[in-house]
Amino acid sequence: MVTSQEYLAITCNGESRQVAPGTTVASLIRQLNLDPGQMAVELDGRVLAPEEVAASELAAGSRVELIRFVGGG
Amino acid sequence: MLNIAGRNFRSRLFTGTGKFSSAAVMKAALEASGSEMVTVALRRVDLADPADDIMSVLDREHFFFLPNTSGARDADEAVRLAHLARAAGGTNWLKLEVTPDPRTLLPDPVETLKATEQLVAEDFVVLPYINADPILALRLQDAGAAAVMPLGSPIGTNHGLLTRFQVGIIIEQARVPVVVDAGLGVPSHAAEAMELGADAVLVNTAIAVAAEPVKMARAFAAAVEAGRMAYEAGPGEQRSQADASSPSGGLDFLHDE
Repeated sequence: MVTSQEYLAITCNGESRQVAPGTTVASLIRQLNLDPGQMAVELDGRVLAPEEVAASELAAGSRVELIRFVGGG
Repeated sequence: MLNIAGRNFRSRLFTGTGKFSSAAVMKAALEASGSEMVTVALRRVDLADPADDIMSVLDREHFFFLPNTSGARDADEAVRLAHLARAAGGTNWLKLEVTPDPRTLLPDPVETLKATEQLVAEDFVVLPYINADPILALRLQDAGAAAVMPLGSPIGTNHGLLTRFQVGIIIEQARVPVVVDAGLGVPSHAAEAMELGADAVLVNTAIAVAAEPVKMARAFAAAVEAGRMAYEAGPGEQRSQADASSPSGGLDFLHDE
């Protein structure tokens, strides 16, 4: 049984979240009902290449930023 | 045909995607404009409303996306946005916008030059947004900018080509395309920029906030075409003294008593 102490506390787009150990960035994105292919992803201040999004596992304190195109001049 | 960094454009009107009242209006207006390159910004995904993706309505086969670094206050922030743009869009083209003061949205020349040098070294196609400073424009071209984008007047002010004299100098001295960007408020402003010899213009606010954006987009398209055609047609000079349009001879019947 996974207790709440075993969840990892991370930040995604400035909001605190808890994820199970072993969760990849891509998995987190899908849990948020988003498509990893439609955005840019930063982990701890570094932009991830698409293959890194699927391969990178989150750790306690991980900071994720999900950024996409919006209207602008 | 306009060529920037090896890419051809039939339309010399570039457009922004901001400030439209809805995605549907934006799509209709941009299609009416004939524009082939549109700017987009980079922002956090709204986790509370993830389906709100205005960019999904634009066909990327039809519109080439030019990500901007709006929001960047210095070169470091601009470079960070550039990396995100490349990851989000699979494009290395970039409108470099470094604007530390939200009241004026004027571009920082020092940070813009610094970011251009770094991003050119990282293989970006950099189109820097600048004040109409001819010396800065030359420095940016030397640094490898693919075009220069001098402002007509500050973003969103609709004051037109307040910088016409300096823009004229930039055009005269430029070795890369010159795109007049920002402050063009009505189509005659865009026509004026094209008559001056600009290679293209970028318009966002004037179209987006018009009462009828689709009609305004068509008007801008017509103005850009007219201005460019006039420039190519070789306009007459401005004179200080009148020069009659009708003949001066054959008037003795009228003038002699």
